[in-house]
Amino acid sequence: MKRGNKLIGALVAVAVVASACGGTGSGGSTAGTSTATATPTASAVTRPDVIVGSTNFYEQITLGELYSQILEANGYKVTRKFNLGNREIVEPAIESGQIDVDAEYLATLLAFVDKNGTIAKPTTDPKATQIGLQKALDPKGLTVLDYAAATDQNGFVVTQATASSKSLKKLSDLAPIGNTLVLGGPPECPQRPFCQLGLKNTYGITFKDFKPLDSGGPLTIAALDGKQIDVGLLFTSDPSIVAKNFVLLDDDKHLQLADNIAPVVRNALLNKDDGTLARLLDSIGAKLTQAELNDMNKQVAVDKADSKAVAAAWLKKQGLIK
Amino acid sequence: MRALGDLVRWLTDPVNWQGSHGIPVRVLEHIELSAISVVVALLIAMPIALYLGHTGRAGFVAINVANVGRALPSLALLAFGLVIAISLGLGLGFWPTVFALVPLAIPPILTNSYVAVREVDRDIVEAARGMGLSEGQILRSIEVPLGLPLMLAGIRTAAVNVVATATLGALVAGGALGRFIVDGLALQEYDQLMAGALLVALLAVATEVSFAALERATVPAGMRAIS
Repeated sequence: MKRGNKLIGALVAVAVVASACGGTGSGGSTAGTSTATATPTASAVTRPDVIVGSTNFYEQITLGELYSQILEANGYKVTRKFNLGNREIVEPAIESGQIDVDAEYLATLLAFVDKNGTIAKPTTDPKATQIGLQKALDPKGLTVLDYAAATDQNGFVVTQATASSKSLKKLSDLAPIGNTLVLGGPPECPQRPFCQLGLKNTYGITFKDFKPLDSGGPLTIAALDGKQIDVGLLFTSDPSIVAKNFVLLDDDKHLQLADNIAPVVRNALLNKDDGTLARLLDSIGAKLTQAELNDMNKQVAVDKADSKAVAAAWLKKQGLIK
Repeated sequence: MRALGDLVRWLTDPVNWQGSHGIPVRVLEHIELSAISVVVALLIAMPIALYLGHTGRAGFVAINVANVGRALPSLALLAFGLVIAISLGLGLGFWPTVFALVPLAIPPILTNSYVAVREVDRDIVEAARGMGLSEGQILRSIEVPLGLPLMLAGIRTAAVNVVATATLGALVAGGALGRFIVDGLALQEYDQLMAGALLVALLAVATEVSFAALERATVPAGMRAIS
């Protein structure tokens, strides 16, 4: 649902998807064929081949590059299948073995694979959501690795000027002064539990007024910039937060479901590997904070830098590759 | 039938008639937005129409250029207007919508006013010139009064078009009655959506009726017997 709002990403992707899909058929079966023959002993230095996939917007491509490059630097042969489409396309692709690894979002993926919440329901706690997600992924032969601190979920931002003049850092800071501020967000925000309604019930914030805009799009950014609203709803990894120097208010009472970023891997691949792959991917999650992710998103989406180069520079900076 | 009941319930709910998001405020916003758009269009189109109609020069060219305005998609103009308004610091909502509505209002005003002046009986104009009236006097006291009903008909068409299209403003965070339609769709509250559509339609009809009355009232006494 929320992925649909990433208009820029979607537009860029439209052109690329056709070519990406064209190449999907050829290498799809490599992962499954040699499962029985290759014995995963500790002495085996031969690394299994890995197909890294991604959905169709800039953040996913960058995450795919991070995974691909750290694996390549450690002797894995990686095939990239990026820009495949939305989750409706990519999730079945990893289930069926057309890709082996992709970057996912805990709460959203759990709600996707377990639509009625019969196995587990997403919560605001990332650890609990990860455990629930793993239960839902078990019958599909998939494993979710360690999640990062970085999320891509609803976030409330203010301008740097507002933050410093009213000393705002976290959402609970808004409670005493909410009645002097105007909130902006999608038209449905006043009645949504993860938007204005949740801010009222969880944080006790009552705003002076609400201005209907868009779902974390150009109207919200322009309204914040033009001071027509004081607080705006954007996605937590929105590149404009860095580009416009907005301040993302910390969700200190955990209103939002935990959409932390985590790699999802096929068990068939993990069984062929000596544990290095999981360790490498986890090392990325350990360093991927919100600020680090948003900075990369800004470089790719606003500065139009090449996601390959951005990912390589970040891995080097973190000391994850040489 | 249930939909109709929901619609009536929404329209009669006192909550929807109060505050900065209530029906009276939205109706006033709609009228303000439409009125300013039509006035801007008048300021642009009228001088051109009167000059060209009086001199009879380049009329076809002007009318055809103005008619391009009818072909421009208002939605594209709205998006374009939004970019311009943001870069000029005019904000969201109001001015981007005016930018989209003005080109919609210009063609009927320009075309009707040009034709209104042009169609005044040339014998009358020649007689006036023979009596020593200046060109300005001819325009003011002969061509404009005699052409007035046709001019007003053009303004009426423009105003009705603008009132019906001003709903677009809600897409760029504007107020007005479009708010009910856009918010109703986002919230899947179809009673609100239908109420918004109904109010816009009523306002458009009211515009039509008031202009028709204005036209009747402004026909020169001398012409009333003929028509």
